[in-house]
Amino acid sequence: MTGTMMGRSLLAGVAVAALMAGTAQAQGVSGDKVRIGVLNDRSGLYADLGGEGSAIAARMAAEEFGNKVAGKPVEIITADHQNKADIGSNVARQWIDTEGVDVIVDVPNSGVALAVQEVTREKKKVFLMLGPATSRLTGDACSPTGFHWAYDTRALAVGTGRAMVKEGGDSWFFLTADYAFGHQLEADTMAEVKAAGGTVKGVVRHPLNTADFSSFLLQAQGSGAKIVGLANAGGDTINSIKQASEFGITQSGQKLAGLLLFLSDVHALGLNVAQDLVLTTGFYWDMDDEKRAWSKKYMEKTGKMPTMVQAGTYSAVRHYLQAIQAAGTDDGPAVAKKMRETPVNDMFAKNGKILPNGRMVHDMYLARVKKPSESKGPWDYYQILRTIPGDEAFFTLEQSGCKLTG
Amino acid sequence: MATVFGIPPQALFGQLLLGLINGSFYALLSLGLAVIFGMLNVINFAHGALYMLGAFVAWWLLTTVGIGYWPALLVAPLIVGAFGILLEKTLLSRLYKLDHLYGLLLTFGLALIIEGMFRHWYGSSGMPYPIPDALKGGQNLGFMFLPNYRAWVVVASLVICLATWFLIERTRLGAYLRAATENPVLVQAFGINVPVMITLTYGFGVALAGLAGVLAAPIYQVNPLMGSNLIIVVFAVVVIGGMGSIMGAIVTGFGLGLLEGMTKVFYPEASNIVIFVVMAIVLLLKPAGLFGRER
Repeated sequence: MTGTMMGRSLLAGVAVAALMAGTAQAQGVSGDKVRIGVLNDRSGLYADLGGEGSAIAARMAAEEFGNKVAGKPVEIITADHQNKADIGSNVARQWIDTEGVDVIVDVPNSGVALAVQEVTREKKKVFLMLGPATSRLTGDACSPTGFHWAYDTRALAVGTGRAMVKEGGDSWFFLTADYAFGHQLEADTMAEVKAAGGTVKGVVRHPLNTADFSSFLLQAQGSGAKIVGLANAGGDTINSIKQASEFGITQSGQKLAGLLLFLSDVHALGLNVAQDLVLTTGFYWDMDDEKRAWSKKYMEKTGKMPTMVQAGTYSAVRHYLQAIQAAGTDDGPAVAKKMRETPVNDMFAKNGKILPNGRMVHDMYLARVKKPSESKGPWDYYQILRTIPGDEAFFTLEQSGCKLTG
Repeated sequence: MATVFGIPPQALFGQLLLGLINGSFYALLSLGLAVIFGMLNVINFAHGALYMLGAFVAWWLLTTVGIGYWPALLVAPLIVGAFGILLEKTLLSRLYKLDHLYGLLLTFGLALIIEGMFRHWYGSSGMPYPIPDALKGGQNLGFMFLPNYRAWVVVASLVICLATWFLIERTRLGAYLRAATENPVLVQAFGINVPVMITLTYGFGVALAGLAGVLAAPIYQVNPLMGSNLIIVVFAVVVIGGMGSIMGAIVTGFGLGLLEGMTKVFYPEASNIVIFVVMAIVLLLKPAGLFGRER
């Protein structure tokens, strides 16, 4: 089957090349369709921040093109990586080798994303990273076909870290998820805290998917640090925050810094528990008319407002399909080049630019969770405190440590 | 300041107390499992899902019917127990004559179905359930801040565990139950309705799981994954304690909670595997478990 697929795309490529003089490497669309694979956690602690919602957002993007680009249909399939790197990379490999998937999308869980990036780099397929956080994905683990879209650990550190040190939180204790993401978020935030003149009183690392944080919170209390930084996400963050209020952490004067907090987490916690938390986000549905309009459409399909991962998936898939349309091919490196050449302008980001290391640089927002009395209804959760310009939030190409130069 | 292995004693006591609190959940859940296995010879893999069901029923009672925490402590286990009886009557009772393994497969399948349904309806982040007003706040013990609710959990758990142990090991009803497991034909010949006893026992074990769920709701987010996270640890506890032994489940539950608490102080990254390391060692040295008898 691979033989005929290659033969057909070669023929199509020759035909298209003849028609589109001046377009390098035009080979047409492989397999006669553009297959998008949304790979994420559909059943575990990260299922609500991406999950099926990301697939729906991707479909919304494809629908804008009438489910067709460069004359070929667009198809979207999904799989669950269960937060396991081996499952993630096996699915990616199988998708690319036997099922003609042209692009992999989402992949929350930085450990899994790093593993999948190895596969997509080797196979020269585009990888749109929405869910994972580690800045290494555009750093030492960068790929010429990888795109890190919505946020990363550096942006979170600059946003929340700097803001809290400025407010007087100059001593920190970290509660870190013990894997790639937690370590990177802890490292990036620690760097920001120290650069702003703060100190780090201690660190405790907990296994991913921990239900009970009482002993770690006790250690945080014992450290006497002004800020307890939560370098974890999803279900872990929800449990940490819930139990922190139970143990009187905030009552005794310490503040919590939810370094990665999604709208879905705040919804699950309720404003009573989550109020006044400061967080950094790449998207909030209630910021302008365009965002509100799109989010309303999303809500009609899912019953929930989108997180930055889900909204970002729409934006990334849309930009990808646009690039295929313009380049006339779904060949990884060619589309990637087209994507980097084009600025990102949609409801998610205005004048977003993509660096050679794949980092999509766009504005981030510092937000505070509203008190129950301030909220006018469900999903009215954030008050935006300030806009953090993209150039301030993300690493520059030199700072990132990626060797690619574009 | 004197330290124990580099940790100040206050911090250590605090962690041990927290370990005791976790241990009370393990004890309560493994008690239900031990009762069901000891009396029925059924390896009830659905236990975690039923625990989750207990928490969801409590949440549902609060948000839909307006029944608060205290009545829910009684009502939710009854509802979950009734559901368990339904499962037993319609599905499990057909498998008693067969190998253990079929019961395990059936309950495992049930667990997947129940959790899948709830995950589909409610997502995986869960729903908030507030701590009851009477138990809010905590005591500053000097070496740590002990939330009142957690202290209540330890006390309630100890009382329930000891009451169950007393019921099974020291009362006539318990004697009938133990006899019925050893020799159901003979006991039936004495006029005791064995199938009804078995059904009620399963219902009781399940109700214990439901009760643990209600106790857990204010602490852990009420979410469909809460059972699957806990069930593997609980099984390890039951295996270490001895599959049929009630006292073994209780003692091991609390003991392993303490051990896990200690690990969180010295090497937190290993805190979710230390119980399995112990299980491996116990199985190598004493396969029937610490309190179990060879069957």
